[in-house]
Amino acid sequence: MCGIVGLFLKDKALEPKLGALTNDMLATMCDRGPDSAGFAVYGTPTKGKAKLTLQSPTPEKDFKGLAKAISKAIGADVDLEVRSTHALLIVPKDMADKARDVVRTEAPSVRIMATGTSIEIYKEVGYPTEVSKRFELKKMAGSHAIGHTRMATESAVTTLGSHPFSTGPDQCLVHNGSLSNHNNLRRELKRDGMTFETQNDSEVAAAYLTWRMNQGMNLGEALTKSLDDLDGFFTFVVGTKNGFGVIRDPIACKPAVMAETDKYVAFGSEYRALVNLPDIAKARVWEPEPSTVYFWER
Amino acid sequence: MNDGETLMRKVDLSVTPLRDLNQDLHRQSSGANEKNWEVLNPMGFHAIAVGVDAPIEIDIRGSVGYYCAGMNKQATITVHGSAGPGVAENMMSGKVRITGDASQYAGATGRGGLLVIDGNAASRCGVSMKGIDIVVKGNIGHMSAFMAQSGHLVVLGDAGDALGDSIYEAKLFVRGSVKSLGADCIEKEMRPEHHDELGKLLETAGVSDVKTSEFKRYGSARKLYSFNIDNADAY
Repeated sequence: MCGIVGLFLKDKALEPKLGALTNDMLATMCDRGPDSAGFAVYGTPTKGKAKLTLQSPTPEKDFKGLAKAISKAIGADVDLEVRSTHALLIVPKDMADKARDVVRTEAPSVRIMATGTSIEIYKEVGYPTEVSKRFELKKMAGSHAIGHTRMATESAVTTLGSHPFSTGPDQCLVHNGSLSNHNNLRRELKRDGMTFETQNDSEVAAAYLTWRMNQGMNLGEALTKSLDDLDGFFTFVVGTKNGFGVIRDPIACKPAVMAETDKYVAFGSEYRALVNLPDIAKARVWEPEPSTVYFWER
Repeated sequence: MNDGETLMRKVDLSVTPLRDLNQDLHRQSSGANEKNWEVLNPMGFHAIAVGVDAPIEIDIRGSVGYYCAGMNKQATITVHGSAGPGVAENMMSGKVRITGDASQYAGATGRGGLLVIDGNAASRCGVSMKGIDIVVKGNIGHMSAFMAQSGHLVVLGDAGDALGDSIYEAKLFVRGSVKSLGADCIEKEMRPEHHDELGKLLETAGVSDVKTSEFKRYGSARKLYSFNIDNADAY
């Protein structure tokens, strides 16, 4: 069992409240996944800048002086905003790859949770409400967000095993379920150059979608194809820079409820997650069908 | 206590803990004089009005989570909204109505009573039903009436894949299309007694605008449920 929440805003006026709304939704899903929690927030991109979300097991040591070192190595100004065990690194867009290499050499224990122009990912072991408090989810703004509360089944309870998983720029995936062909698929994807940080099944699903999108598919097409190639139980919610998608396996035993108004599209593992959304009483609320791709893009 | 007078109890779940509501409901018996209950702000909570055993009426104003009205005996429970997984699971008697949609395994293992769903029911509706009558005004999802033993499942809309897989003696009536039939489930003739049975069910469920002649009946081919070694390949 795990809990998933997702919110894709259509109404710009709600964007300052994205974090607060997601925070409340995530809190209702604590008992579905008390081990660990995480969330991806798609904020407004800054022109010419790239964002990297970093995580460290020893943040005091790793983040101290890191900004200076990166700045010196790439020859440009950078911003590093520390949030608990994570830090948001903002660099000139064309220097994102270089900055990533510098992080790897300067602070080898730092993990890069996400890269892109709008995505930020924060995830940790711990009770979900504690995790969202730690990173001040409530105060975040943006266009869409995806959150996850984890009850681990397929791999260890660790920060890296928490969701969301990001395997491509501005992409992320959360998963409720368990895949049965992830080891084979991981081997195949590795052969094609994909890299993996964990033994987790959900990371394979994320990498699979990235791999498909690298081949030129859009998110909707990649999700459709995943029905042929992934075996097991899954309800996925995925995000891209402009998109938000949902898919359930053909058996569809992992729960899912969706709501849509002219202001937002929302996802919850249960209806409880949606009750505090604005005008929920007037929303179209439905259960996503098995083997059916739901996909919104702006 | 005023004999014959019925009292209305309002319980607001944004104030009253759910456990208090359920305990109060469990205290009601056949002689209960608090016959009408209204539950406000259910907020998708799980296990609302589970295990009631009294001839009382409960109106739940809003959508509920898992297992609402499970094991119901005697009570008439109406959810004015949608229901999460396992609504009216193992119902014994009484009536449960959902004005919206129901999630997976609605009415599973039910032994008696009537479950009416005004909207759609998702997958596994009536799985292993054992005597309950279920009337769904919309569509039902895949694997519905799996291993259904007795009772009736009436669907005014369409049925998903593998309807009635490994069915025993439950009777299924579907007005719309059936995406596929499960193992050992076949279409059967609608004889006069089936029109009568179906007519009564529709009437009890408050459906008056459809004719029994619009339905097809499905049931067990009885090839699988008594083990026959020649059928081993079909399992």
